[in-house]
Amino acid sequence: MEQIDISLVDWSRAQFALTAIYHWLFVPLTLGLGIIQAIMETIYYRTGNEFWKRTAQFWMKLFGINFAIGVATGLILEFEFGTNWSNYSWFVGDIFGAPLAIEGILAFFMEATFIAVMFFGWGKVSKGFHLTSTWLTIIGATISAYWILVANAWMQYPVGMHFNPDTVRNEMLDFFAVAFSPVALNKLFHTVMSGWVTGSIFVISVSAWFLLKKRETKFALASMKIAAVFGFVACSLAVISGDGSARQIAEKQPMKFAAMEGLYEGSESAPLVAVGVLNPEKKSYRDSIKPFLFKIEIPYMLSFMSEHNLDAYVPGINNIIEGGYTQKNGTTALSAEEKIQRGQTAITALAQYRQAKKDKDEAAMQTTLATLNENFEYFGYGYIKDPGELVPPVGLTFYAFHAMVIFGAFLLLTLLIVAYLSFKKTAPLENKRWLQRGLMWCMLVDVLMGQAGWVVAEVGRQPWAIQDILPTSAAISKLATSSVQITFFLFLALFTILLIAELRILAKAIQKGPEIN
Amino acid sequence: MPKSHFYTRIFRFYYDGFRSMTIGKTLWAIILIKLFVMFLILKVFFFPNFLNEKADTETGKQEYVSEELINRSK
Repeated sequence: MEQIDISLVDWSRAQFALTAIYHWLFVPLTLGLGIIQAIMETIYYRTGNEFWKRTAQFWMKLFGINFAIGVATGLILEFEFGTNWSNYSWFVGDIFGAPLAIEGILAFFMEATFIAVMFFGWGKVSKGFHLTSTWLTIIGATISAYWILVANAWMQYPVGMHFNPDTVRNEMLDFFAVAFSPVALNKLFHTVMSGWVTGSIFVISVSAWFLLKKRETKFALASMKIAAVFGFVACSLAVISGDGSARQIAEKQPMKFAAMEGLYEGSESAPLVAVGVLNPEKKSYRDSIKPFLFKIEIPYMLSFMSEHNLDAYVPGINNIIEGGYTQKNGTTALSAEEKIQRGQTAITALAQYRQAKKDKDEAAMQTTLATLNENFEYFGYGYIKDPGELVPPVGLTFYAFHAMVIFGAFLLLTLLIVAYLSFKKTAPLENKRWLQRGLMWCMLVDVLMGQAGWVVAEVGRQPWAIQDILPTSAAISKLATSSVQITFFLFLALFTILLIAELRILAKAIQKGPEIN
Repeated sequence: MPKSHFYTRIFRFYYDGFRSMTIGKTLWAIILIKLFVMFLILKVFFFPNFLNEKADTETGKQEYVSEELINRSK
Protein backbone atom coordinates (compact mmCIF):
# COMPACT_ATOMS: atom_id res chain seq x y z
CA MET A 1 0.00 0.00 0.00
CA GLU A 2 1.47 3.34 -0.99
CA GLN A 3 -0.40 6.53 -0.25
CA ILE A 4 0.62 9.91 -1.60
CA ASP A 5 -0.04 12.83 0.72
CA ILE A 6 -2.79 14.91 -0.86
CA SER A 7 -1.02 18.11 0.22
CA LEU A 8 1.97 17.06 -1.90
CA VAL A 9 -0.33 16.82 -4.94
CA ASP A 10 -1.85 20.21 -4.14
CA TRP A 11 1.50 21.95 -3.56
CA SER A 12 2.98 20.43 -6.71
CA ARG A 13 -0.02 21.63 -8.68
CA ALA A 14 0.12 25.05 -7.03
CA GLN A 15 3.80 25.39 -7.91
CA PHE A 16 3.16 24.44 -11.53
CA ALA A 17 0.16 26.75 -11.72
CA LEU A 18 2.16 29.67 -10.32
CA THR A 19 4.90 29.18 -12.91
CA ALA A 20 2.43 28.75 -15.77
CA ILE A 21 0.39 31.79 -14.72
CA TYR A 22 3.53 33.90 -14.57
CA HIS A 23 4.77 32.61 -17.93
CA TRP A 24 1.38 33.36 -19.44
CA LEU A 25 1.65 37.02 -18.50
CA PHE A 26 4.32 37.41 -21.20
CA VAL A 27 3.38 34.97 -23.95
CA PRO A 28 0.10 36.51 -25.18
CA LEU A 29 1.59 39.99 -25.23
CA THR A 30 4.51 38.70 -27.29
CA LEU A 31 2.14 37.05 -29.77
CA GLY A 32 -0.22 40.01 -30.08
CA LEU A 33 2.12 42.98 -29.89
CA GLY A 34 4.47 41.26 -32.33
CA ILE A 35 1.79 41.17 -35.03
CA ILE A 36 0.72 44.78 -34.41
CA GLN A 37 4.26 46.14 -34.66
CA ALA A 38 4.75 44.08 -37.83
CA ILE A 39 1.59 45.59 -39.33
CA MET A 40 2.87 49.08 -38.48
CA GLU A 41 6.25 48.36 -40.00
CA THR A 42 4.50 47.00 -43.10
CA ILE A 43 2.67 50.33 -43.43
CA TYR A 44 6.04 52.10 -43.12
CA TYR A 45 7.50 49.80 -45.79
CA ARG A 46 4.64 50.51 -48.16
CA THR A 47 4.30 54.27 -47.54
CA GLY A 48 7.82 55.27 -46.59
CA ASN A 49 6.28 57.52 -43.92
CA GLU A 50 8.75 58.01 -41.04
CA PHE A 51 5.83 58.39 -38.63
CA TRP A 52 5.05 54.70 -38.99
CA LYS A 53 8.69 53.79 -38.56
CA ARG A 54 8.81 55.63 -35.22
CA THR A 55 5.47 54.16 -34.22
CA ALA A 56 6.62 50.61 -35.01
CA GLN A 57 9.90 51.21 -33.20
CA PHE A 58 8.14 52.37 -30.05
CA TRP A 59 5.92 49.29 -29.85
CA MET A 60 8.93 47.17 -30.75
CA LYS A 61 10.75 48.56 -27.73
CA LEU A 62 7.89 47.54 -25.44
CA PHE A 63 7.78 44.17 -27.19
CA GLY A 64 11.49 43.76 -26.46
CA ILE A 65 11.08 44.55 -22.76
CA ASN A 66 8.27 42.02 -22.45
CA PHE A 67 10.22 39.45 -24.43
CA ALA A 68 13.39 39.90 -22.38
CA ILE A 69 11.68 39.59 -19.00
CA GLY A 70 9.57 36.66 -20.10
CA VAL A 71 12.22 34.74 -22.00
CA ALA A 72 13.19 31.39 -20.47
CA THR A 73 10.53 31.53 -17.75
CA GLY A 74 8.90 28.57 -19.51
CA LEU A 75 12.05 26.55 -18.87
CA ILE A 76 11.16 26.47 -15.18
CA LEU A 77 8.18 24.34 -16.13
CA GLU A 78 10.61 21.82 -17.60
CA PHE A 79 12.61 21.80 -14.36
CA GLU A 80 9.40 20.98 -12.56
CA PHE A 81 8.60 18.13 -14.94
CA GLY A 82 11.92 16.48 -14.13
CA THR A 83 11.77 16.98 -10.37
CA ASN A 84 8.15 17.17 -9.29
CA TRP A 85 6.43 15.23 -12.08
CA SER A 86 8.95 12.48 -12.77
CA ASN A 87 6.42 9.66 -13.18
CA TYR A 88 4.52 11.80 -15.64
CA SER A 89 7.68 12.79 -17.53
CA TRP A 90 8.73 9.18 -17.89
CA PHE A 91 5.23 7.96 -18.75
CA VAL A 92 4.66 10.48 -21.57
CA GLY A 93 8.00 9.64 -23.15
CA ASP A 94 8.77 11.15 -26.52
CA ILE A 95 5.23 12.38 -27.09
CA PHE A 96 5.87 15.31 -24.84
CA GLY A 97 9.58 15.45 -25.64
CA ALA A 98 9.22 15.80 -29.41
CA PRO A 99 7.01 18.92 -29.47
CA LEU A 100 9.10 20.55 -26.75
CA ALA A 101 12.33 19.78 -28.61
CA ILE A 102 10.92 21.23 -31.84
CA GLU A 103 9.75 24.25 -29.89
CA GLY A 104 13.20 24.72 -28.37
CA ILE A 105 14.97 24.49 -31.72
CA LEU A 106 12.51 26.82 -33.41
CA ALA A 107 12.54 29.27 -30.55
CA PHE A 108 16.31 29.35 -30.59
CA PHE A 109 17.04 29.50 -34.29
CA MET A 110 14.12 31.43 -35.65
CA GLU A 111 13.43 33.89 -32.90
CA ALA A 112 17.04 34.34 -31.79
CA THR A 113 18.23 34.98 -35.34
CA PHE A 114 15.54 37.29 -36.58
CA ILE A 115 14.86 39.14 -33.35
CA ALA A 116 18.45 40.45 -33.49
CA VAL A 117 17.90 41.77 -37.01
CA MET A 118 14.59 43.26 -35.87
CA PHE A 119 16.21 45.21 -33.03
CA PHE A 120 19.69 45.94 -34.38
CA GLY A 121 19.01 46.02 -38.09
CA TRP A 122 17.34 49.43 -38.54
CA GLY A 123 19.40 51.27 -41.15
CA LYS A 124 21.86 48.38 -41.45
CA VAL A 125 19.84 45.99 -43.56
CA SER A 126 17.38 46.78 -46.32
CA LYS A 127 13.84 47.79 -45.41
CA GLY A 128 12.51 44.64 -47.00
CA PHE A 129 14.87 42.34 -45.12
CA HIS A 130 14.11 44.12 -41.86
CA LEU A 131 10.38 43.76 -42.39
CA THR A 132 10.82 40.08 -43.26
CA SER A 133 12.80 39.59 -40.05
CA THR A 134 10.09 41.27 -38.00
CA TRP A 135 7.44 38.98 -39.45
CA LEU A 136 9.63 35.91 -39.09
CA THR A 137 10.28 36.75 -35.44
CA ILE A 138 6.61 36.78 -34.63
CA ILE A 139 5.85 33.79 -36.87
CA GLY A 140 8.63 31.92 -35.02
CA ALA A 141 7.14 32.88 -31.66
CA THR A 142 3.71 31.67 -32.82
CA ILE A 143 5.10 28.38 -34.10
CA SER A 144 6.90 27.93 -30.76
CA ALA A 145 3.63 28.48 -28.96
CA TYR A 146 2.00 25.95 -31.26
CA TRP A 147 4.30 23.13 -30.16
CA ILE A 148 3.71 23.88 -26.51
CA LEU A 149 -0.03 23.83 -27.20
CA VAL A 150 0.35 20.50 -29.03
CA ALA A 151 1.86 19.06 -25.85
CA ASN A 152 -0.92 20.53 -23.73
CA ALA A 153 -3.62 19.36 -26.15
CA TRP A 154 -2.26 15.82 -26.00
CA MET A 155 -2.71 15.88 -22.22
CA GLN A 156 -6.34 16.89 -22.74
CA TYR A 157 -6.92 14.44 -25.58
CA PRO A 158 -4.22 11.77 -25.79
CA VAL A 159 -4.02 10.36 -29.33
CA GLY A 160 -1.48 8.91 -31.73
CA MET A 161 0.39 6.83 -29.16
CA HIS A 162 0.85 3.31 -27.89
CA PHE A 163 1.74 2.33 -24.33
CA ASN A 164 4.84 0.14 -24.13
CA PRO A 165 4.74 -1.92 -20.92
CA ASP A 166 8.43 -2.83 -21.31
CA THR A 167 9.62 0.76 -21.11
CA VAL A 168 6.56 1.96 -19.15
CA ARG A 169 6.31 4.76 -21.67
CA ASN A 170 3.86 5.98 -24.23
CA GLU A 171 5.43 5.91 -27.67
CA MET A 172 4.37 8.01 -30.60
CA LEU A 173 2.72 5.97 -33.35
CA ASP A 174 1.37 8.80 -35.45
CA PHE A 175 3.17 12.16 -35.32
CA PHE A 176 0.48 13.84 -37.41
CA ALA A 177 -2.30 12.60 -35.13
CA VAL A 178 -0.50 14.29 -32.24
CA ALA A 179 0.55 17.45 -34.08
CA PHE A 180 -2.73 18.02 -35.88
CA SER A 181 -5.26 16.66 -33.45
CA PRO A 182 -8.47 18.71 -33.58
CA VAL A 183 -7.92 19.74 -29.97
CA ALA A 184 -4.40 21.00 -30.73
CA LEU A 185 -5.51 22.99 -33.76
CA ASN A 186 -8.45 24.56 -32.00
CA LYS A 187 -6.33 25.31 -28.96
CA LEU A 188 -3.75 27.00 -31.18
CA PHE A 189 -6.37 29.10 -32.89
CA HIS A 190 -8.11 30.11 -29.66
CA THR A 191 -4.89 30.80 -27.76
CA VAL A 192 -3.23 32.80 -30.52
CA MET A 193 -6.39 34.83 -31.08
CA SER A 194 -6.57 35.62 -27.37
CA GLY A 195 -2.91 36.66 -27.57
CA TRP A 196 -3.72 39.00 -30.44
CA VAL A 197 -6.51 40.49 -28.35
CA THR A 198 -4.00 41.01 -25.52
CA GLY A 199 -1.63 42.84 -27.86
CA SER A 200 -4.47 45.04 -29.09
CA ILE A 201 -5.73 45.87 -25.64
CA PHE A 202 -2.18 46.67 -24.53
CA VAL A 203 -1.71 49.12 -27.40
CA ILE A 204 -5.11 50.69 -26.68
CA SER A 205 -4.42 50.98 -22.95
CA VAL A 206 -1.02 52.60 -23.45
CA SER A 207 -2.40 54.89 -26.15
CA ALA A 208 -5.25 55.89 -23.84
CA TRP A 209 -2.65 56.93 -21.27
CA PHE A 210 -0.97 59.20 -23.84
CA LEU A 211 -4.33 60.74 -24.71
CA LEU A 212 -5.10 61.26 -21.05
CA LYS A 213 -1.76 63.02 -20.65
CA LYS A 214 -2.44 64.96 -23.86
CA ARG A 215 0.82 63.68 -25.33
CA GLU A 216 1.64 62.04 -28.67
CA THR A 217 -1.96 62.43 -29.79
CA LYS A 218 -1.44 61.58 -33.45
CA PHE A 219 0.62 58.54 -32.54
CA ALA A 220 -1.89 57.36 -29.92
CA LEU A 221 -4.92 57.72 -32.19
CA ALA A 222 -3.19 55.99 -35.11
CA SER A 223 -2.05 53.14 -32.85
CA MET A 224 -5.51 52.78 -31.37
CA LYS A 225 -7.13 52.59 -34.78
CA ILE A 226 -4.93 49.73 -35.92
CA ALA A 227 -5.14 47.91 -32.58
CA ALA A 228 -8.92 48.23 -32.31
CA VAL A 229 -9.64 46.93 -35.82
CA PHE A 230 -7.10 44.13 -35.49
CA GLY A 231 -8.27 43.31 -31.96
CA PHE A 232 -11.94 43.22 -32.95
CA VAL A 233 -11.23 40.76 -35.76
CA ALA A 234 -9.08 38.64 -33.42
CA CYS A 235 -11.67 38.72 -30.63
CA SER A 236 -14.42 37.69 -33.08
CA LEU A 237 -12.27 34.78 -34.23
CA ALA A 238 -11.61 33.88 -30.57
CA VAL A 239 -15.38 33.62 -30.09
CA ILE A 240 -15.61 31.24 -33.06
CA SER A 241 -12.71 29.10 -31.83
CA GLY A 242 -14.16 29.22 -28.30
CA ASP A 243 -17.33 27.71 -29.71
CA GLY A 244 -15.18 24.97 -31.24
CA SER A 245 -13.48 24.41 -27.88
CA ALA A 246 -16.83 24.06 -26.15
CA ARG A 247 -17.95 21.31 -28.53
CA GLN A 248 -14.64 19.48 -28.17
CA ILE A 249 -14.83 19.67 -24.38
CA ALA A 250 -18.44 18.48 -24.38
CA GLU A 251 -17.43 15.44 -26.41
CA LYS A 252 -13.98 14.60 -25.07
CA GLN A 253 -14.06 15.98 -21.49
CA PRO A 254 -17.75 15.92 -20.48
CA MET A 255 -16.94 16.21 -16.78
CA LYS A 256 -15.10 19.49 -17.42
CA PHE A 257 -18.05 20.71 -19.48
CA ALA A 258 -20.48 19.87 -16.67
CA ALA A 259 -18.23 21.60 -14.09
CA MET A 260 -17.99 24.72 -16.27
CA GLU A 261 -21.77 25.02 -15.96
CA GLY A 262 -22.24 23.64 -12.43
CA LEU A 263 -24.47 21.04 -14.08
CA TYR A 264 -25.22 18.07 -11.83
CA GLU A 265 -28.29 16.65 -13.55
CA GLY A 266 -28.12 16.59 -17.32
CA SER A 267 -30.98 16.92 -19.76
CA GLU A 268 -31.94 17.38 -23.37
CA SER A 269 -32.47 20.97 -24.50
CA ALA A 270 -30.22 22.06 -21.64
CA PRO A 271 -30.13 25.77 -20.74
CA LEU A 272 -26.91 27.71 -20.27
CA VAL A 273 -26.36 29.48 -16.97
CA ALA A 274 -25.53 32.99 -18.15
CA VAL A 275 -25.03 34.34 -14.63
CA GLY A 276 -25.24 32.40 -11.41
CA VAL A 277 -24.15 32.09 -7.81
CA LEU A 278 -23.23 28.60 -6.67
CA ASN A 279 -24.50 27.30 -3.37
CA PRO A 280 -21.50 26.99 -1.03
CA GLU A 281 -23.41 24.42 1.03
CA LYS A 282 -23.17 21.89 -1.78
CA LYS A 283 -20.10 19.84 -0.95
CA SER A 284 -20.57 16.71 -3.02
CA TYR A 285 -22.36 15.40 -6.07
CA ARG A 286 -24.02 12.88 -3.74
CA ASP A 287 -25.92 15.37 -1.57
CA SER A 288 -29.34 16.65 -2.58
CA ILE A 289 -28.54 20.32 -1.97
CA LYS A 290 -29.41 22.59 -4.88
CA PRO A 291 -26.23 23.70 -6.69
CA PHE A 292 -27.29 27.33 -7.23
CA LEU A 293 -28.44 30.10 -4.93
CA PHE A 294 -29.31 32.17 -7.96
CA LYS A 295 -29.06 31.80 -11.72
CA ILE A 296 -30.24 33.33 -14.97
CA GLU A 297 -30.45 30.82 -17.80
CA ILE A 298 -30.54 31.01 -21.57
CA PRO A 299 -32.86 28.24 -22.81
CA TYR A 300 -31.36 25.54 -25.08
CA MET A 301 -28.01 27.30 -25.21
CA LEU A 302 -25.93 24.63 -23.44
CA SER A 303 -27.23 21.94 -25.78
CA PHE A 304 -26.43 24.20 -28.71
CA MET A 305 -22.92 24.81 -27.37
CA SER A 306 -22.28 21.10 -26.92
CA GLU A 307 -23.41 19.83 -30.34
CA HIS A 308 -24.87 22.76 -32.30
CA ASN A 309 -28.20 21.07 -31.69
CA LEU A 310 -30.87 22.72 -29.53
CA ASP A 311 -32.20 19.35 -28.39
CA ALA A 312 -28.87 17.62 -27.67
CA TYR A 313 -28.49 15.73 -24.40
CA VAL A 314 -25.87 17.19 -22.06
CA PRO A 315 -24.85 14.89 -19.20
CA GLY A 316 -24.38 16.38 -15.75
CA ILE A 317 -21.85 15.40 -13.11
CA ASN A 318 -24.18 12.80 -11.58
CA ASN A 319 -24.94 11.27 -14.99
CA ILE A 320 -21.25 10.98 -15.83
CA ILE A 321 -20.58 9.26 -12.50
CA GLU A 322 -23.54 6.91 -12.94
CA GLY A 323 -23.09 6.31 -16.69
CA GLY A 324 -25.73 4.62 -18.81
CA TYR A 325 -26.53 7.53 -21.13
CA THR A 326 -25.90 7.49 -24.87
CA GLN A 327 -22.78 9.38 -25.88
CA LYS A 328 -22.36 11.42 -29.03
CA ASN A 329 -20.57 8.53 -30.74
CA GLY A 330 -23.57 6.28 -30.09
CA THR A 331 -22.01 4.15 -27.36
CA THR A 332 -23.37 3.86 -23.83
CA ALA A 333 -21.30 5.69 -21.23
CA LEU A 334 -19.69 3.50 -18.60
CA SER A 335 -20.24 4.36 -14.96
CA ALA A 336 -17.35 5.65 -12.87
CA GLU A 337 -17.31 2.33 -10.99
CA GLU A 338 -16.99 0.41 -14.27
CA LYS A 339 -14.16 2.66 -15.43
CA ILE A 340 -12.39 2.27 -12.10
CA GLN A 341 -12.72 -1.49 -12.40
CA ARG A 342 -11.25 -1.44 -15.90
CA GLY A 343 -8.45 0.85 -14.77
CA GLN A 344 -7.56 -1.53 -11.97
CA THR A 345 -7.63 -4.41 -14.46
CA ALA A 346 -5.19 -2.51 -16.70
CA ILE A 347 -2.76 -1.77 -13.84
CA THR A 348 -2.94 -5.35 -12.59
CA ALA A 349 -2.26 -6.55 -16.14
CA LEU A 350 0.81 -4.27 -16.27
CA ALA A 351 2.12 -5.78 -13.03
CA GLN A 352 1.42 -9.31 -14.26
CA TYR A 353 3.03 -8.60 -17.62
CA ARG A 354 6.22 -7.37 -16.00
CA GLN A 355 6.31 -10.36 -13.67
CA ALA A 356 5.70 -12.74 -16.60
CA LYS A 357 8.56 -11.06 -18.45
CA LYS A 358 10.90 -11.63 -15.50
CA ASP A 359 9.73 -15.25 -15.40
CA LYS A 360 10.20 -15.50 -19.19
CA ASP A 361 6.63 -16.80 -19.45
CA GLU A 362 5.71 -15.94 -23.07
CA ALA A 363 2.12 -17.18 -22.85
CA ALA A 364 1.37 -15.12 -19.75
CA MET A 365 3.02 -12.09 -21.37
CA GLN A 366 0.69 -12.37 -24.38
CA THR A 367 -2.42 -12.76 -22.25
CA THR A 368 -1.64 -9.94 -19.86
CA LEU A 369 -0.57 -7.64 -22.70
CA ALA A 370 -3.90 -8.20 -24.43
CA THR A 371 -5.74 -7.38 -21.19
CA LEU A 372 -3.63 -4.25 -20.71
CA ASN A 373 -4.24 -3.00 -24.26
CA GLU A 374 -7.95 -3.73 -24.00
CA ASN A 375 -8.29 -1.63 -20.84
CA PHE A 376 -5.55 0.95 -21.29
CA GLU A 377 -7.91 3.80 -22.20
CA TYR A 378 -9.13 3.62 -18.57
CA PHE A 379 -5.66 3.10 -17.03
CA GLY A 380 -5.82 6.23 -14.88
CA TYR A 381 -9.14 5.26 -13.31
CA GLY A 382 -7.28 2.48 -11.52
CA TYR A 383 -5.86 5.13 -9.16
CA ILE A 384 -9.27 6.56 -8.29
CA LYS A 385 -10.43 5.42 -4.86
CA ASP A 386 -13.78 7.18 -4.85
CA PRO A 387 -15.88 8.37 -7.82
CA GLY A 388 -16.05 11.77 -6.12
CA GLU A 389 -12.36 12.23 -6.99
CA LEU A 390 -13.41 12.44 -10.64
CA VAL A 391 -15.29 15.70 -10.05
CA PRO A 392 -13.05 18.76 -10.59
CA PRO A 393 -13.38 21.83 -8.36
CA VAL A 394 -16.79 22.98 -9.62
CA GLY A 395 -16.74 26.46 -8.08
CA LEU A 396 -13.39 27.52 -9.52
CA THR A 397 -14.15 26.01 -12.93
CA PHE A 398 -17.63 27.56 -13.09
CA TYR A 399 -16.58 31.06 -12.05
CA ALA A 400 -13.43 31.02 -14.19
CA PHE A 401 -15.44 29.99 -17.26
CA HIS A 402 -18.06 32.67 -16.71
CA ALA A 403 -15.43 35.30 -15.94
CA MET A 404 -13.64 34.43 -19.18
CA VAL A 405 -16.86 34.70 -21.22
CA ILE A 406 -18.04 37.93 -19.56
CA PHE A 407 -14.63 39.61 -19.82
CA GLY A 408 -14.32 38.40 -23.42
CA ALA A 409 -17.72 39.82 -24.34
CA PHE A 410 -16.81 43.09 -22.63
CA LEU A 411 -13.56 43.36 -24.58
CA LEU A 412 -15.25 42.47 -27.87
CA LEU A 413 -17.72 45.29 -27.33
CA THR A 414 -14.94 47.66 -26.23
CA LEU A 415 -12.87 46.90 -29.32
CA LEU A 416 -15.88 47.45 -31.55
CA ILE A 417 -16.62 50.82 -29.91
CA VAL A 418 -12.98 51.96 -30.05
CA ALA A 419 -12.73 50.88 -33.70
CA TYR A 420 -15.90 52.83 -34.50
CA LEU A 421 -14.81 55.94 -32.58
CA SER A 422 -11.33 55.87 -34.07
CA PHE A 423 -12.82 56.44 -37.54
CA LYS A 424 -15.02 59.36 -36.48
CA LYS A 425 -13.83 62.76 -37.61
CA THR A 426 -14.85 64.44 -34.34
CA ALA A 427 -12.09 62.44 -32.60
CA PRO A 428 -14.11 61.45 -29.52
CA LEU A 429 -11.26 59.25 -28.28
CA GLU A 430 -9.14 62.36 -27.92
CA ASN A 431 -11.59 64.22 -25.74
CA LYS A 432 -13.46 61.80 -23.50
CA ARG A 433 -11.30 61.45 -20.41
CA TRP A 434 -13.60 58.94 -18.73
CA LEU A 435 -13.23 56.71 -21.79
CA GLN A 436 -9.46 57.07 -21.77
CA ARG A 437 -9.35 56.11 -18.09
CA GLY A 438 -11.63 53.15 -18.73
CA LEU A 439 -9.54 51.94 -21.65
CA MET A 440 -6.40 51.98 -19.51
CA TRP A 441 -8.04 49.50 -17.12
CA CYS A 442 -9.00 47.17 -19.96
CA MET A 443 -5.51 45.66 -19.78
CA LEU A 444 -6.31 44.25 -16.36
CA VAL A 445 -9.57 42.79 -17.70
CA ASP A 446 -7.66 41.14 -20.53
CA VAL A 447 -5.07 39.60 -18.19
CA LEU A 448 -7.84 38.22 -15.98
CA MET A 449 -9.65 36.86 -19.05
CA GLY A 450 -6.56 35.01 -20.29
CA GLN A 451 -5.74 33.54 -16.90
CA ALA A 452 -9.37 32.51 -16.35
CA GLY A 453 -9.28 30.64 -19.67
CA TRP A 454 -6.31 28.57 -18.53
CA VAL A 455 -7.94 27.94 -15.15
CA VAL A 456 -10.93 26.46 -17.00
CA ALA A 457 -8.64 24.34 -19.19
CA GLU A 458 -6.45 23.02 -16.38
CA VAL A 459 -8.55 23.00 -13.21
CA GLY A 460 -11.55 21.72 -15.15
CA ARG A 461 -9.68 18.58 -16.20
CA GLN A 462 -8.72 17.54 -12.70
CA PRO A 463 -7.93 14.94 -11.43
CA TRP A 464 -6.09 14.20 -14.67
CA ALA A 465 -2.54 15.00 -15.63
CA ILE A 466 -3.31 13.06 -18.84
CA GLN A 467 -7.01 12.70 -19.51
CA ASP A 468 -8.25 9.29 -18.34
CA ILE A 469 -4.84 7.62 -18.28
CA LEU A 470 -2.82 9.33 -15.54
CA PRO A 471 -4.14 11.30 -12.55
CA THR A 472 -1.99 13.92 -10.85
CA SER A 473 -1.73 11.70 -7.76
CA ALA A 474 0.14 9.07 -9.83
CA ALA A 475 2.05 11.60 -11.93
CA ILE A 476 3.94 13.37 -9.14
CA SER A 477 7.29 12.44 -7.62
CA LYS A 478 7.43 11.18 -4.09
CA LEU A 479 9.06 14.27 -2.60
CA ALA A 480 8.82 15.90 0.81
CA THR A 481 5.93 18.35 0.73
CA SER A 482 8.11 20.89 2.52
CA SER A 483 10.61 20.95 -0.37
CA VAL A 484 7.82 21.77 -2.83
CA GLN A 485 6.56 24.48 -0.47
CA ILE A 486 10.03 26.03 -0.31
CA THR A 487 10.37 26.20 -4.09
CA PHE A 488 6.83 27.53 -4.39
CA PHE A 489 7.70 30.52 -2.20
CA LEU A 490 11.09 30.93 -3.91
CA PHE A 491 9.31 31.21 -7.23
CA LEU A 492 6.77 33.55 -5.79
CA ALA A 493 9.57 35.86 -4.65
CA LEU A 494 11.52 35.56 -7.92
CA PHE A 495 8.47 36.10 -10.10
CA THR A 496 7.31 39.07 -8.05
CA ILE A 497 10.71 40.74 -8.34
CA LEU A 498 10.83 40.11 -12.10
CA LEU A 499 7.31 41.37 -12.56
CA ILE A 500 8.04 44.57 -10.64
CA ALA A 501 11.19 45.01 -12.75
CA GLU A 502 9.20 44.58 -15.96
CA LEU A 503 6.48 46.98 -14.93
CA ARG A 504 9.03 49.61 -13.89
CA ILE A 505 11.01 49.32 -17.11
CA LEU A 506 7.85 49.28 -19.20
CA ALA A 507 6.51 52.33 -17.36
CA LYS A 508 9.80 54.16 -17.91
CA ALA A 509 9.81 53.36 -21.62
CA ILE A 510 6.17 54.41 -22.00
CA GLN A 511 6.76 57.67 -20.15
CA LYS A 512 9.65 58.43 -22.45
CA GLY A 513 7.27 57.99 -25.36
CA PRO A 514 7.80 57.32 -29.06
CA GLU A 515 9.82 60.49 -29.64
CA ILE A 516 7.78 61.51 -32.66
CA ASN A 517 7.96 65.20 -33.44
CA MET B 1 32.95 37.58 -50.15
CA PRO B 2 35.73 36.09 -47.99
CA LYS B 3 34.41 33.92 -45.16
CA SER B 4 36.15 35.85 -42.39
CA HIS B 5 34.77 39.08 -43.72
CA PHE B 6 31.27 37.65 -43.56
CA TYR B 7 31.68 36.49 -39.95
CA THR B 8 33.32 39.76 -39.00
CA ARG B 9 30.33 41.63 -40.35
CA ILE B 10 27.96 39.46 -38.35
CA PHE B 11 30.07 40.01 -35.24
CA ARG B 12 30.10 43.78 -35.83
CA PHE B 13 26.36 43.72 -36.39
CA TYR B 14 25.74 42.20 -32.97
CA TYR B 15 28.54 44.14 -31.25
CA ASP B 16 27.29 47.50 -32.48
CA GLY B 17 23.73 46.50 -31.74
CA PHE B 18 24.48 45.66 -28.12
CA ARG B 19 26.62 48.77 -27.71
CA SER B 20 23.87 51.04 -28.94
CA MET B 21 21.28 49.64 -26.56
CA THR B 22 19.90 51.94 -23.88
CA ILE B 23 17.14 50.17 -22.00
CA GLY B 24 18.58 46.95 -23.38
CA LYS B 25 21.54 47.04 -20.99
CA THR B 26 19.23 46.90 -17.98
CA LEU B 27 17.28 44.14 -19.66
CA TRP B 28 20.39 42.11 -20.33
CA ALA B 29 21.40 42.49 -16.70
CA ILE B 30 17.99 41.18 -15.68
CA ILE B 31 18.19 38.31 -18.18
CA LEU B 32 21.64 37.29 -16.97
CA ILE B 33 20.65 37.47 -13.30
CA LYS B 34 17.52 35.49 -14.08
CA LEU B 35 19.43 32.80 -15.98
CA PHE B 36 22.01 32.65 -13.17
CA VAL B 37 19.30 32.15 -10.55
CA MET B 38 17.47 29.62 -12.74
CA PHE B 39 20.35 27.43 -13.85
CA LEU B 40 22.98 27.81 -11.15
CA ILE B 41 20.76 28.03 -8.09
CA LEU B 42 17.29 26.64 -8.77
CA LYS B 43 18.28 23.86 -11.15
CA VAL B 44 21.34 22.76 -9.19
CA PHE B 45 20.03 22.99 -5.63
CA PHE B 46 16.25 22.68 -5.92
CA PHE B 47 15.45 20.87 -9.15
CA PRO B 48 17.60 17.78 -9.56
CA ASN B 49 16.37 15.12 -11.97
CA PHE B 50 14.34 12.95 -9.61
CA LEU B 51 14.70 9.71 -11.57
CA ASN B 52 18.47 10.13 -11.94
CA GLU B 53 18.64 10.01 -8.16
CA LYS B 54 16.62 6.80 -8.07
CA ALA B 55 18.43 4.81 -10.74
CA ASP B 56 21.52 5.06 -12.91
CA THR B 57 20.30 3.15 -15.92
CA GLU B 58 17.29 3.30 -18.23
CA THR B 59 16.25 -0.15 -17.06
CA GLY B 60 16.48 0.94 -13.45
CA LYS B 61 14.30 3.97 -14.17
CA GLN B 62 11.75 1.79 -15.97
CA GLU B 63 11.65 -0.50 -12.98
CA TYR B 64 11.26 2.38 -10.54
CA VAL B 65 8.43 4.05 -12.47
CA SER B 66 6.61 0.76 -13.06
CA GLU B 67 6.73 -0.03 -9.34
CA GLU B 68 5.50 3.47 -8.55
CA LEU B 69 2.62 3.20 -11.01
CA ILE B 70 1.65 -0.26 -9.85
CA ASN B 71 1.96 0.37 -6.11
CA ARG B 72 0.16 3.71 -6.08
CA SER B 73 -3.01 2.05 -7.32
CA LYS B 74 -3.16 -0.25 -4.29
